[in-house]
Amino acid sequence: MAHGTLDSALQIEALSCARGDRVLFRDLSFAVNGGEMLHLKGHNGSGKTTLLRALAGLLLPESGEIRWDGKNIRSLREEYSRHLLYLGHLNGIKGDLTAAENLRIAATLDGFVLSETRAWELLSEIGLRGYEDLPTKHLSQGQKRRVALARLLANEARIWILDEPFTALDVAAVQMLQDVIHRHVENGGIAIITTHQEVAMLGEQTRTITLGRPHA
Amino acid sequence: MLEPLYWIVRRDLTIAMRRRSDIFTTLIFFVIVVSLFPLGIGPEPNTLRLIAPGIVWVGALLASMLALEQIFSADHRDGTLEQMLLTPQPVAILVAGKVLAHWLVSGVPLVVMAPLLGLQYDLSWAGLQTLVVSLLLGTPALSLIGAIGAALTLGLRSGGVLLALLVLPLYIPVLIFGAGAVEATVSGLGGRSHLSMLAAILVASLVLAPLATAAALRVAED
Repeated sequence: MAHGTLDSALQIEALSCARGDRVLFRDLSFAVNGGEMLHLKGHNGSGKTTLLRALAGLLLPESGEIRWDGKNIRSLREEYSRHLLYLGHLNGIKGDLTAAENLRIAATLDGFVLSETRAWELLSEIGLRGYEDLPTKHLSQGQKRRVALARLLANEARIWILDEPFTALDVAAVQMLQDVIHRHVENGGIAIITTHQEVAMLGEQTRTITLGRPHA
Repeated sequence: MLEPLYWIVRRDLTIAMRRRSDIFTTLIFFVIVVSLFPLGIGPEPNTLRLIAPGIVWVGALLASMLALEQIFSADHRDGTLEQMLLTPQPVAILVAGKVLAHWLVSGVPLVVMAPLLGLQYDLSWAGLQTLVVSLLLGTPALSLIGAIGAALTLGLRSGGVLLALLVLPLYIPVLIFGAGAVEATVSGLGGRSHLSMLAAILVASLVLAPLATAAALRVAED
């Protein structure tokens, strides 16, 4: 993964989001540069997922701007999506398709070709050897999560937005995912994640933002 | 641009083939609805010939509406829909692919089955031909228009009823020209003008419906 220079950054300016009548956060401003990881913290309901969905462009903020390379992501749209990989609470895989099919279709829609052999390689890399051609509805929760996470290995997106990526994973998988994220950041990528688990985060490149009051 | 379209169609057809029961629900509903009318009205051939176009078309319309809810709901539930909105592909193209796959699975069987059901009503050969052509032009338009409603009611609790209320008024022109084409052919006037109108509706919905559906999906995922 050859990433460019550090000039591309995600800038958030005076962002406010509300769900229903409740304002989750107001006038939030920060920037994440290439080679940095952002760890979002906050109690349940503090708006972490909302912020991530806004950053992904799925959700329209009440006010404020999100800029990528100095341009508003609303005007970039598909151009922004090209650089983005978002993984939410839902795995985004079809239960009736096999792990390899899921991976290949996701790749095609993301705009690149993933061969059958490469898909199988990636799946065994993520610990799903022997499960490549099983419909994913027969897999366990953690295995489904691994299928979704296999996209991280295939994709060349610069910005990773991961909402609770460690959920349902076993110790080995947590360790592996941390390594994958670490590598991505070291290669100049951006990772924005939320997690409640106490995982050893990356050293100096990690920044933390806490949403809401420290404890409600 | 055609690559993602092809993959979406292929994906949805693969899924449909792996859960075949869903396909038959629509078709069986169509067959049952259309077959019940002769039983209820009585076997008077002249009456049956008269009502045939309307009955078959209403049956096809209701059957295709029954299948509408499934276009996006499964994708919405498992998160693949939000992933689609985040791909660099134009969402309208992906929507077009999904609607095409949906029509191949739920619309085409209706078109194939319709002449058989028309025979029950003693429709003439020319009438049957027009019936097939009108359904071939009309059912994709129904799927396209219906997709807007399906996207708008996505994730709502009583979405099914609301979907019917939203979509049925928009279906009326298709019904009028579809059944009208068959009637006009049977009565000897020729159904050409009706079919042209149907084709026009299909072209218009082909251009406009995916854009409207894409916008509605963005709202639904907000």
